Formats: sequence, structure tokens, C-alpha cells
Amino acid sequence: MTEKIQKEENLALEVRHVTKRFPGVIANDDVSFSLKKGEIHALLGENGAGKSTLMNVVYGLYAQDEGEFLIDNKVVEINGPSDAINYGIGMVHQHFMLVPVFTVAENMILGSEVTKGTSLDLRRAKKEILEISEAYGLKVDPDALVENLPVGVQQRVEILKALYRNANILVLDEPTAVLTPQEAEDLFDVMRELTQKGVSIIFITHKLKEILNVADRVTVMRRGKVVGHTKPSETDAQGLATMMVGRDVLLQVEKTPAKPKEVVLEVNHLKINDERDIEVVKNVSFNVRAGEILGIAGIQGNGQTELIEALTGLRDAKSGEIHLSGEIIPFEKPRYLVEHGMGHVPEDRHKHGLVLAYNLADNTVLNTYYQKPFASKMMVRNDQAVLSNAIELIKRFDVRSPGAHVAAGTLSGGNQQKVIVAREFSRPLKVLIANQPTRGLDVGSIEYIHKEIIKMRDDGVGVIVISAELDEILSLSDRIAIMFRGEIVTIIDAESATREQLGLWMAGANPEMA
Amino acid sequence: MDDQQNSDKNNTSAKDRLSALWQVVSVPVAAVLLALLIGAVILAVSGANPIEAYAALLEGSFGSMAAFGRTLSKATPLIFSGLAVAFAFKAGLFNIGAQGQLLFGALASAVAGFAITGLPPFLHTTLSLLIGATAGALFAYIPGALKAYTGAHEVITTIMLNYVAINITDYITDGPLKDTANGNIVARTPEILDSAKIPYLGEIPAGFLLAILAVVVVWWILQRTTLGYEIRTVGLSPHAAKYAGMRVPFTIILTMVISGFLAGMGGAVETLGIVGRYQPGFNVGLGFDGITIALLGKTSPFGIIPAAILIGAMKAGASTMQFEAGVAKEITDVIQALILFFVTADMIVRKLIRSKTENGTGVTLSGWGQE
Repeated sequence: MTEKIQKEENLALEVRHVTKRFPGVIANDDVSFSLKKGEIHALLGENGAGKSTLMNVVYGLYAQDEGEFLIDNKVVEINGPSDAINYGIGMVHQHFMLVPVFTVAENMILGSEVTKGTSLDLRRAKKEILEISEAYGLKVDPDALVENLPVGVQQRVEILKALYRNANILVLDEPTAVLTPQEAEDLFDVMRELTQKGVSIIFITHKLKEILNVADRVTVMRRGKVVGHTKPSETDAQGLATMMVGRDVLLQVEKTPAKPKEVVLEVNHLKINDERDIEVVKNVSFNVRAGEILGIAGIQGNGQTELIEALTGLRDAKSGEIHLSGEIIPFEKPRYLVEHGMGHVPEDRHKHGLVLAYNLADNTVLNTYYQKPFASKMMVRNDQAVLSNAIELIKRFDVRSPGAHVAAGTLSGGNQQKVIVAREFSRPLKVLIANQPTRGLDVGSIEYIHKEIIKMRDDGVGVIVISAELDEILSLSDRIAIMFRGEIVTIIDAESATREQLGLWMAGANPEMA
Repeated sequence: MDDQQNSDKNNTSAKDRLSALWQVVSVPVAAVLLALLIGAVILAVSGANPIEAYAALLEGSFGSMAAFGRTLSKATPLIFSGLAVAFAFKAGLFNIGAQGQLLFGALASAVAGFAITGLPPFLHTTLSLLIGATAGALFAYIPGALKAYTGAHEVITTIMLNYVAINITDYITDGPLKDTANGNIVARTPEILDSAKIPYLGEIPAGFLLAILAVVVVWWILQRTTLGYEIRTVGLSPHAAKYAGMRVPFTIILTMVISGFLAGMGGAVETLGIVGRYQPGFNVGLGFDGITIALLGKTSPFGIIPAAILIGAMKAGASTMQFEAGVAKEITDVIQALILFFVTADMIVRKLIRSKTENGTGVTLSGWGQE
């Protein structure tokens, strides 16, 4: 009995029976959950499960149709973000709301400026910021320009911004989506530190490992409804995945040993300069055989992006050669690569992979639009052929959409990625380059895309997978190349690789010394 | 953008298509009505009877076959300049330089009209039109190439090139090619030969039919050809276009050249169909009106026609309005400015008519200083 009373007293936020409808959909259906003081409460669900909608309701960006909120056991009305801030709720969005050309201090006080007379009192602001950052153990330089800071530190600024406004309930919307594994670990340390100081955290995610790692309790949502509450100690990744997706999910990639054949892609002494003319890829050589998957692991910014851009025709190289099926390819000619059997799932699906305003039909012919049967010799498009091809691909690759006529921008991230996969995988390929193929996707979509990649390998395609997720590299690859400071440190058999060893190499340890 | 939806006829019912159409036209229609309403208030405040004034405006533009013909002949160059601006928009380019391209088109066709002799009428007209259009295209090549190879923003370069065009055409018409017949002292070129003139079919200027044809051809290029697909892709996402293996710089230049071709054709039609020679001051604003028309027509080729006829009607009826209702004809410029204001500030209009935010029907432009 006493325990129960104590529990209720310790609630920072309680959400009771909240329903939010949009025309045609119920985004939140009778959702209830409670956040204890000083806990990390994970909100788990696939894309589109209603997590973000719920948090936007809590933050006052949407008004709920039914239900109520209790803060410190009192019913409150939240009619806008300013109400939410007054009640001590702070939100860190997935996409940061920072002004890149302002300093940390200027960003922090934005909207609640500290003034002396008519001018900004930046000195006082800086002092306050330093006090807060010391109190919570979050180190930042108040004078640094935000655009010069790494993503992980920018996120720290966002968190400090909320704390600066006296937030004691912090909502983190998929905070690790933009972070490297190391930065994510740092964030988890920060989160634990904050809860020690009495801050309560709602942690939105669809990554199971992170929940098991950092959360105290979990609320699982599916299709707008809460399907269960649990604790990491009472479940495991498989249990969480099943709850989230509503069926058993394969978390481990099932694959047979690779049967590598002839070399399909050979890279010799490749050197690449970036925009500032600094050599970011230094004398890289490797090859990929038909029927194997080569994983490229490395911390972001060690030359992988530039290497892949050169391989896929988006960037010029300074020197070196790339052979595709024995022939030297010209640089910066993506069309040559398309016509010679290279498929590319780009790192940024919104920037390179899709034209969001185009419908699915137009997106499925993005790089083959000029070929037969999609266009005649006279450059006249054949809409019927484009459409029937799209309808077939949508069916074959299980793209969930109302039809080929809807704009790609209206689909969820997972389905957008499936459109790209459908387009690239359905061409006759010799080499496939998949760069961050499952970034930001939910478990169901990840499972699907991994299966398709393995299928391509088994069909005799040479595959390169680049990922910031070590687990993805480890589970997909047959061989793993580690990049550090523009060089391939070593290439090892995936069988013999361990997470720890890869992590060390990625951080610059010398493999010869091992 | 609405045209893309057409490719999937089976999945869209007639009702859906009608409501989609309403989504597109509601803002321009409301913008025009709002502009007329505010125009009426201005008329009333300045002591005129708005109903009388608008009635006279309507009479002067649609009241008779002659008035209607006048409206169409005013609308003809506007369709071309509107089309020129809208076409560039599709590749994400804001061609403010339609005015300058139009001036060169007008001058070049005038020169072809009086300097080339001995050709049969149809051939002479066609040749002069093409020479005018080509002059516009060549002039538009400059900002296109600057954008493609150096990243110089086309808004800046085309604004500056407009002054270049004005001064060069002024110099030519007051210098080397000045009309010296009958002791003329006005800066203008000699009159074009009859064989170069664009005829009227009754009250309807043949140039108007040519403009309609241009609309159909532009629509066809944009929606039915691979070139159009490339142009739209470059406009919506240059990065995706590069990924797809499209030649982005080439597409930018080609789009500007075609845009300039259309603007030049607009100037040529005005010279060969209406003015009969090149005379500075006669083509003022036709290119700039193209911006209003392109935006009012939602940058869709077929939207250009009603938008150009509307602006053309105001130009055609302005004198009648001044004569019959006693209001300054400049009020039509005020109304036109208000229309442009409401079309660009479409959030205001949407709030007023409670229209849902449209997806993908807006104009996408590459930002300042981007690649």
C-alpha cells in the first residue's frame, strides 16, 4: 500500500487517456502512461506508431481531442509550447532548432534574451550558461559557433537550452538517429547524469539496444495505441521487437556462407580531395568479388562518404583507378555506372535518392527514365510503361502506399527506402553499393532490407555496405574493411571480427600491433 | 505539378480530380477577386463609382468582338513572356530577364522584317519570328551559362542584363538602324515590310493562335519528354538529378535558352503583329508582366492562358474605363500589382479562403549562393 502511494507522489508527468485524431487517422488512441521523477522512460514504436504525435501533444504543438495531463499530480492545460516550457517541459527535436551562425550562448538565450538596458547582456548569459553546464556536467564552450560543432555537441547545446529554461522533464525525440555510436554512448552518460540531478526523461526511439542500455521503463506503442509497458530487466531485444511490431521479427540476419567468385569491383590507389582541397581518401585499394558483401566500417568523417561518392560517380578523384567488371570507369559519370550494372542506395535518401515531390512512378525510373521501354528513341516518355513498372515494383517490394500516383514525400521513411531499393535492386546489377541502407528505419523495414541485400549477394552481386551501426556491418558483411583518417587500416574476415576490436581500429589503433 | 497526377487516371475519380483542380485554382481566383475588391475601395475613395468603372473595363475588354480581339492581342505577348518565366521556374530558375530577352527578340524580328526582302509573306513572317526568338535565346544563354559554370545567381545576372538590353536596343534604334524616312527624328527602326506582318483572322490576331500552340508544345515538352523530366528533376532536386546521371549544368543552360526563346518570340509577335517596327517604350513591362502571369498561372503552361487573358483584358479595357468612367487607367496597374502581391503572399489568401496547404504545387527555387 505504502509503495503505491509513494509511486503516485513521485510522478513527474502523467498522460491519461489521450486521443488525437487527424482527418482519416487516429494518431493516438486512448494513450496513457506515467513518467516517474528521475527516470528514463522510453517510448518505443515503429515509424508512424504515434510517438512523435503524442509528444507534440504533450509539448502543446497539437491539442488533444480527449484526455488530460497531470504534472506533479495536478491537472494542467497545455495550450502551446510556452505553456509546456512554463510547466518545465523541454523538447529536443530530431532536427536541431539552432542558428548555425550564432554562438552557443546566443543560441541558448534565443527567445528569452538576457538584456541590460536595450542591449544583450551576453556576459551574464555566458556566466549562467557555464553555471548550468557545470551543474549538469555538460561541457560546452559558450563562444563556439554552432556550425563548427560536431553533431553530438550541438545536441548537447539543445539539451542545455532546455535546462536553461528550467526544464525538469526532457523529451528527446530519436536523439541517437544523428549520432555516431560513440556520441550515442556519451549521450547516454549525459542522460544518466541528468536523472541523478532529478530530471525526468522521455526517450523516443525505435532502437532496442538503446532501450535495454539506458531506459528504466518502456512504453510500447503500435498504430496509435499503447500495447504494453515493461522494464528492460523483464524483457530482451526479441521481446521488445515482438511487442513493437506485433509479430516475431528476425533480429539476426540469416545467411549462408558466401561463395565469392570473380572480382567485380577493383579500386587501385584511389586518392580523393574534398571541397577544401584536403586529401580525405589516401591511397585506398581494395576489391569486391561477386557473391560477397564487403562492409566498410569507420567513424563518420574518415573518408567513407567521399570514397563512396567517387565509387558511385558523384565525385571526382585526384588519382587512382576504379575497375568495374574489368573496365576502368570514368569519374563523375553516374550514368555510365547505371548502364554498366552498378546499383547505389545513397546515404541521404531525401537529397539524392528520391525526388520527394514526384510520385512513386516517376521515382522508380529516376535513373532509367530515358531507356526503353520508359521512353522512345525520340525522347518521348511512355507513361504507361513507367506506371506498370512502378505498380509491379510496389507489389514485389511490398511498398505500403495508396498507389503509384502518390508523392514519395508522403510515405514513411521505411517505405521511401523501399522505393529506392525497388528501383536499384530491380536492375541487372554486378555491383551494389548500399550506404547507410537502414538509417532511421524501424525494425520491420530493417529486416526486409537486410534480407533483400543478402538475396542480391546470393544472386552473385558484389555488395558494399557502409553503416554507422557496427551491428549492421557485423551481421551483413562477409569481409570488413576499417577506415581511419582516409585509409583502409585493414580488411578482415567478418567471422573473426569482434565489436571491441573493430571499435579500437576505428578509433585509430594499429592492427599490426595487435 | 498537377499534370503529373494525370498519368494515373485509373486511380483518381472525377471528383478527386475536380477537388485537386480546385486546390490549384482557388488561390489565384481568390487573389484576383481580392485585388478587384481592394481596387474598388481605392476607386470609391478617390471619388469614382467602382461598379461603373469595372463595367467600363469589362466593356472595353470583352464588350464587343473588336474589344475581345484587342484583349487577345494584348494577351498574346504576355502568354509568351509568362510561358518563358514559368518554363524557367520548372528548372528552379527565376528568369527576371524575360524583359531583356523580349526586347532583343522584338528588335531582331523588326530588323528581319525590314531588312530581308523578296520573301513570300508566310515565309518572311516565320523567318522573322524565328530570328527574334533566337535573339532572345542567345541573350538568355549568358545568365544560363553563368549560373551553370560559376554559380552566379540568375536573379542578379538577369536583372543586370535587362539594363544591358535596354541600353543596347536604345542605342541601335537611335543610331545605326534609326529610321530616317520622311525626316523622322524619333528613335525607331524603319517599318517592317507587309510580307513580315502577322495577319489577323477577323478580329483574332493570328499571333494568339501561335501563343496557344506554344503553350501546348511547352506542356508537351515538360510532361511527355525525357527533356521535360530532366528539367523538372533539376528544378525539384539538383542533387537527385546528378545522382540520376542527368547533366545538370547543360539542363540549366538549355532551360534558360528555351525560356529566352519564348520571351524573344513574345517580343517578335508584338513587333510583327502590333507595333510594326521596333520603337523603344512600346514593349516596356511585357517581360515583367510575365512574372505576374507565371505566378498567377501557377507556373503551369495551361494556367498561363487565363492569367495572360486577364492581364491583357485589363490593358485592353483601361482606356475605355478612363474614357467612360473618368478614372485614371493606371488603376489597372494597381490591381495588377495587388494580384501579384496576393499570389505571392498566398498564405494570406489561404487563410481567408481556408484552403488546405497544397503539396508540391509551389514554386521551388534554388537559394542564394547554392551550387
